[in-house]
Amino acid sequence: MIFEIFSQGNSLLHRTDTRVKIVGAMALTLVIALCQSYYTGLAGLLTGLSLLLVSRLKWRQVLMRLVVVNSFIAFLWLTLPLTYPGDTIGLGPINLSRQGIELVTLITIKTNGIILIFISLLATSTVAELGHGLEGLRLPTKLCLLLLFSYRYIFVVSQEYQRLARAAKLRCFRPGTNLHTYRTYGHLFGMTLVKSWNRAERVGQGMLLRGFHGRFYSLDEQIMAKGDLIFLIIILTTVIGLGGLEFLLT
Amino acid sequence: MNEKYFPPQIIRIEISQHKVVYMHISEGILSVPILISGGALTAAGTAIGLKKLDYDRIMGVAILAATFFVASLIHVPLGPGSVHLVLNGLLGVVLGWASFPAILTALLLQAIFFQYGGIVVLGVNTFNMAVPALLCFYLVRPWLARPKFRPLAGFVGGFLSVFLSSLLMALALALSDSGFLATAKIVVAAHLPVMIIEGFITMFTVSFLARVKPEILQLESRS
Repeated sequence: MIFEIFSQGNSLLHRTDTRVKIVGAMALTLVIALCQSYYTGLAGLLTGLSLLLVSRLKWRQVLMRLVVVNSFIAFLWLTLPLTYPGDTIGLGPINLSRQGIELVTLITIKTNGIILIFISLLATSTVAELGHGLEGLRLPTKLCLLLLFSYRYIFVVSQEYQRLARAAKLRCFRPGTNLHTYRTYGHLFGMTLVKSWNRAERVGQGMLLRGFHGRFYSLDEQIMAKGDLIFLIIILTTVIGLGGLEFLLT
Repeated sequence: MNEKYFPPQIIRIEISQHKVVYMHISEGILSVPILISGGALTAAGTAIGLKKLDYDRIMGVAILAATFFVASLIHVPLGPGSVHLVLNGLLGVVLGWASFPAILTALLLQAIFFQYGGIVVLGVNTFNMAVPALLCFYLVRPWLARPKFRPLAGFVGGFLSVFLSSLLMALALALSDSGFLATAKIVVAAHLPVMIIEGFITMFTVSFLARVKPEILQLESRS
């Protein structure tokens, strides 16, 4: 499993300035998350689909991602129609709530629209670019450093954990539902923590030694181009359009 | 132009992604007041956490945040299925107020990598996990210093943090729309097995750490 499968590509969205994409994604998500009408939700879903077309990602990977992310929605489909108060529709022996079905349909449309926007706007950047983009948007430097460093070390820590887990497997450890399994996992994770702690100390000293004073320098500094501005204007117009549609319908 | 490449540290990580993921509310479900108050509270908590965090400690907190991110990818078998670890209680004990920025970072990374959660709902999701972590820091950590109470305190910390997180998650749902009440109750009930497993694993991890590296738990008296 490679984490940032969507960040590789050479489409318009992959080339657009990260700050523009962050602002655009925030604005679009906000207006879709707050809308109450089907038509606005559908328009949002359409926006997401068209952005996905522009990003030229492999639709199969996107579809697989959508299936996984929709697990929480599936849970809502299982519970809300049965429990939401309102008019009931008889379906054999089961009584379904009309309002419940309506609500969960709206949520499904909105959530999937937002996920598509998220994938096509934010997942098309690497975390390194996003970290620098957030710093460019005047977020606290410490927070951006935290994001960049954690991202850097997730893979290292994960490899370390995998090594320990492999060692346990070689010693015939078979996970099951018993106390022995939980003790083993507890110790495996404890050991990972100890190793990370030691690594953090070493890396901190190493960075101090190399004169780190709280700033990360990026090799490819992004400059806002004319195309980025036009893209931002298109996105913001869409946001205003969606907001207006919502205002007219409710 | 500007062809992107994978830095060498990006490796294949063999994790099955097709498991139900807990502890996240998706985008597009909660109401405006809940989203705003969750965002504001998380912003305040993160501001305090960052203020208490000086530049020398950023590296340490970042690596621990990465470690807890990795924990969320560990699947522990439970009967026919499996659950993934949360360990926010342990995170709170180790990081204190820095839990807020650390959890915010980890959740943001999960949103970018797997699209779990989202940006607008990030505030609520962070708050739901960081507040129990902070409570563990203040309530459970003092008991960890006493070897006699350590296993019990570890279990209670692990159990309680997941219980409170699911309770906060249920509360966010129920306050958004009273029709979510039944769903919210199911959310808490569904987390019960996770709470028990978290309790045991936190208990074992804490007693392991107390023996091997007590300074991670910031224990005043060594056993």
